[in-house]
Amino acid sequence: MTTTEKILARASNKTKVSQGDIVMAKIDVAMCNDIAAPDVISAFRDIADKVWDPQKVVFIMDHCVPAHNLWAATTARLVREFEKQQGIIFYEVGRGGIEHQVMHEKGHVRPGEVIVGTDSHTCTYGALGCFSTGIGATEMAGILATGELWFKVPASIKFNLTGKLPEIVVGKDIWLYIAGQIGADGALYKAVEYAGPVTGEMSLDSRLTMCNMAVEIGAKNGIFEPDEKVIEYVRQRTNKQFETVRSDSDAEYEEIFEFDISNVEPQVAVPYSPANAKPVSEVARIRIDQAFIGSCTNGRMEDLRMAARILEGRKVHPDVRLIVIPASHEIYRQAMAEGILDVFLKAGAAVCYPSCGPCAGIDKGVLAADDVCISSTNRNFKGRQGHPESKTYLANAATVTASAIRGEIADPRALL
Amino acid sequence: MFQKIRGRAWKFGDNVDTDVIIPTRVVTSTSDPYGWARYVMEPLDPDFHKKVEKGDILVAGKNFGCGSSREQAPTALKYAGIGAVIAESFARIFFRNSINIGLPVLECKNISTKIREGDILEVYLETGNIRNLTTGENIKAMPLPEFALQIILDGGLIPYLKKRTSKYARRS
Repeated sequence: MTTTEKILARASNKTKVSQGDIVMAKIDVAMCNDIAAPDVISAFRDIADKVWDPQKVVFIMDHCVPAHNLWAATTARLVREFEKQQGIIFYEVGRGGIEHQVMHEKGHVRPGEVIVGTDSHTCTYGALGCFSTGIGATEMAGILATGELWFKVPASIKFNLTGKLPEIVVGKDIWLYIAGQIGADGALYKAVEYAGPVTGEMSLDSRLTMCNMAVEIGAKNGIFEPDEKVIEYVRQRTNKQFETVRSDSDAEYEEIFEFDISNVEPQVAVPYSPANAKPVSEVARIRIDQAFIGSCTNGRMEDLRMAARILEGRKVHPDVRLIVIPASHEIYRQAMAEGILDVFLKAGAAVCYPSCGPCAGIDKGVLAADDVCISSTNRNFKGRQGHPESKTYLANAATVTASAIRGEIADPRALL
Repeated sequence: MFQKIRGRAWKFGDNVDTDVIIPTRVVTSTSDPYGWARYVMEPLDPDFHKKVEKGDILVAGKNFGCGSSREQAPTALKYAGIGAVIAESFARIFFRNSINIGLPVLECKNISTKIREGDILEVYLETGNIRNLTTGENIKAMPLPEFALQIILDGGLIPYLKKRTSKYARRS
């Protein structure tokens, strides 16, 4: 069996599962954010009084924090009341950050577990060797009542990564490169397993990015086999026992793709799909109005450090707004301790407090008609960051920074 | 009960994402599903909600509903009056969400080539049969699994659970 199959088999109390089986799985952790909370809480109250296990339920305020309008403020009040009533785990604004960073940073993700959340990027945690996927509000209400959810066991595909990681190329670039080859629905309904010698060299931050974006090629989940780096990270954050799971050598894959990444350039996805990836050299010189570094995809230390390395001693172009949002409270403090926030501030960037914000055009950094933005986020759909006539290009944090300095999409390798 | 949905076809292409179906700024400013419905498909056609009549059918290409897990997307379509969505394929979270809020969804290969905008369709949910009344053609979609069909017919997962399990019948 593959890692995904083994995890689903364990969670549904079976010795073996195969692609296409419908299983009823026990949920190890259920995560809910503010944007889904009103619908989850109202549906839950319709069918139950108490959540099935308060220690397995985590609510995180991150999409609309601090509250930017009456809807967000009212929602926050509702969540606080629910959290007190149910005794669940709760991260208030100022104590957590973006859900897909907070979850593993605070030790709520362990290898081998089944984790669901009311956000499509819940698949991020596969970087730690668990099965995690996004669900809707009504299903979450059902889980809060019962602790279970049905899954169809997905077919698995494997991306075997070989070669040597080029300089300034990170998980974002490798993912965009793969998506460019297989398309926006290239992994529809499937489990995506990232494997091969390159994965061991990749940072956990890069692996988190690659699992985070698995949903953008239609995948149910993305997963890496957990190595020592991951086990060490998890042990530092939780005392809870866990069992690592690895694919068998005779595990069945629907398809195995081989990618030699030695010659992959930093990538840029042009509007309106994350799978519209091109090497940065082919899209350079497109004029930009805004540059954004942040989100559950690329707002981590690896991203902030590579951005600061390029920005140090330089200035943001006079016609560009550079917005930087560390992914969590912990990352915010770490970046401050390393002097990175000051590099951004000295260069003329706006540094904001952790939230989803500009990634989805929610509150800050919203784009106007005709605005062009280069963004370290996950989606460049029409209107994603604001007006339907705005445009978003996706890239790694170094490419975003180089572009912010030059005022147009630029190759970060020229500024090293 | 034999469930027939009859309406006019509205066509969309491949990879229609949830930000297009319902922009984030809308779902973070109101919890009223009729409020969402006013903005459904806004980035592609701001007047879409005015043109749709109750029971109309949305016909799309591959990977419909890709992107976010927001359940507000199928809910907005439902409250705008859409009676069913037929697509060549669906993004998985959107598909599950649609069933859970009681919006009929059917997968049908090559549907885009068989239906023109404005054709009048009859959709038979139990069998997956689609009749194009404008052209006279009969088309076969993949029927839904029995339990998913039942959830849709009950109006969604919550009414389904309340109807079937005494544990959930508290307020019914």
